[in-house]
Amino acid sequence: MVVKTLARFRAPKKLNRSFTVSFLLFVILALFGSFMMLPLIYAVNNAFKPLDELFIFPPRFFVNNPTSDNFTDLVALMGNSWVPLSRYITNTLLITIIGTVGHILLASAAAYPLSKYKFFGSKTLFSIVVLSLMFSGHVTATPNYMVISWLGWINTHAAIIVPSLAFPLGLFLMKQFMEQIPDALLEAAKIDGASEYRIFWSIVMPNVKPAWLTLLILQFPALWGTDGGNFIYSENLKTLHYALGQIIQGGIARAGVGAAVALILMVVPITLFVISQSSVIQTMATSGMKE
Amino acid sequence: MQVGTTNQTVESSIQTMKESRWTKAMKEFKKNKHYYFMMSPYMIIFFTFTVIPVVFSLVLSFFYFNMLEFPRFIGWQNYSRLFLNDDVFMIALKNTFLFAIITGPVSYIACFIFAWIINELSPKIRAFMTLVFYAPSISGNVFFIWLIIFSGDSYGYLNGFLMKVGIILEPIQWLADEKYILAIVMIVQLWLSLGTSFLAFIAGLQTIDQSLVEAAAMDGIKNRWQELWFITLPSMRPQLMFGAVMQITASFAVAEVSIALAGFPSVNYAAHTVVTHLMDYGTIRFEMGYASTIATVLFGMMIGTNIITQKLLRKIGE
Repeated sequence: MVVKTLARFRAPKKLNRSFTVSFLLFVILALFGSFMMLPLIYAVNNAFKPLDELFIFPPRFFVNNPTSDNFTDLVALMGNSWVPLSRYITNTLLITIIGTVGHILLASAAAYPLSKYKFFGSKTLFSIVVLSLMFSGHVTATPNYMVISWLGWINTHAAIIVPSLAFPLGLFLMKQFMEQIPDALLEAAKIDGASEYRIFWSIVMPNVKPAWLTLLILQFPALWGTDGGNFIYSENLKTLHYALGQIIQGGIARAGVGAAVALILMVVPITLFVISQSSVIQTMATSGMKE
Repeated sequence: MQVGTTNQTVESSIQTMKESRWTKAMKEFKKNKHYYFMMSPYMIIFFTFTVIPVVFSLVLSFFYFNMLEFPRFIGWQNYSRLFLNDDVFMIALKNTFLFAIITGPVSYIACFIFAWIINELSPKIRAFMTLVFYAPSISGNVFFIWLIIFSGDSYGYLNGFLMKVGIILEPIQWLADEKYILAIVMIVQLWLSLGTSFLAFIAGLQTIDQSLVEAAAMDGIKNRWQELWFITLPSMRPQLMFGAVMQITASFAVAEVSIALAGFPSVNYAAHTVVTHLMDYGTIRFEMGYASTIATVLFGMMIGTNIITQKLLRKIGE
């Protein structure tokens, strides 16, 4: 396998490449790659460790006798607790699915006119969105809290879902991607008598599928990992990530279960990325900051 | 008399001009009403939760406001308190600048270098390596694993390893010792930082026109470094700009990692950043006016740095 890889490296398919430098760069990549991977491999191993292996000294990285006890314990523990595990999962799925699908729809609907037409205010609006890419949400966190409390959304899922629908990066990437759709296609549809909404829904949207998946992979992990922040207080509205935090704080007796939850939380976004990788790269190729 | 008539005509012509401009605008609006309608859901939410809060924050930074009493105007007092009387803010500012100067550029360059090496691999291995480098930034809160690695007792992986090798005899309290905290938070932040810009770079590298590379080889480009400087970087300028914005913003916003690893507040504020200071006043002490001042200063720093960096990046390959 390694020899094969190296042979491919050596193949003179590219100009101006020396084997030595390629080899050195490959070593650097492998070194840093394993550094990046270590904690993730550890998380996988930990989730399958029996309790006695979690606490041996000196600590071991890899699992010796893998067991699925941690997962069965998790189900048992959460089944007995005041709020069942299924409730946390439902809450998390509700927030994630509505937040992600809604974001893709709203951002696409806003991106279409901005990318294809010029009208009063279109440039200004897009500049404001680009400007807002340059600062993080922490800047707006305090007034946001006040806005949400005035709206009466404290302790509702809306406090998390609604603000996430207008994530600026999504609109930005979607607009850049939609600019590639040929104008002739839209003109043809217009001549055939299609309304703007029809054009958007049946012509533009099917053509920007890679961009959807990109928005999905950016939005999904953020919502999937939310713990409700400062907005949600009721136990039965809390999310899976919050439950994980509680389990980890539960201490030594819960270490195995904590490792199991960590793995579940991690696997979902990574799997999504594996599925959508090529589409994501395709969308990012268009992501320029244009003046 | 004559003057009066002229005045009247001028007035009436102004009237018609005004009216025609108004009708023109209305016509324009009617013509484009579908576009406004399609944008409205996104824009209403965007303005409510992003634009209005920023403006609100700017205004509130001149007030004393604790959520209970009516806001009281105090002018520049919050700003003078922040810069002259708040020692903790100075620590936070120093740490944030360290993050911006160290982790910002390092992660930006790392994103590019790794993307650049990965691009030379065959498609299947390229996809795998992309996943390896991108996974930490999407795997949510797996960074709690670093807590176990840097745990202060001999069960901590790093302590266990160093003691086994014989470098240290006593376990080190990595996350409770001012000397180490900031460096550890930086390492973890770097580990997490190969995100959106990394993907943008990979994508940018794949769209480079190969005929351009071949033509350049004919014209005397001798090695990969020249190719990098004269062809790759200039062709990727849009993605480089985009990546810079993402990395700078992230390096100014370090908070979650600091809180998760070093606690809140960290020992002697060793890992305190502007954002954790903002959280302290905004969500714990409820001094909303003062918190808004911190947010405004942070906002200015982020936008300012981004604009300067974009100007510098525009010079690449020129």
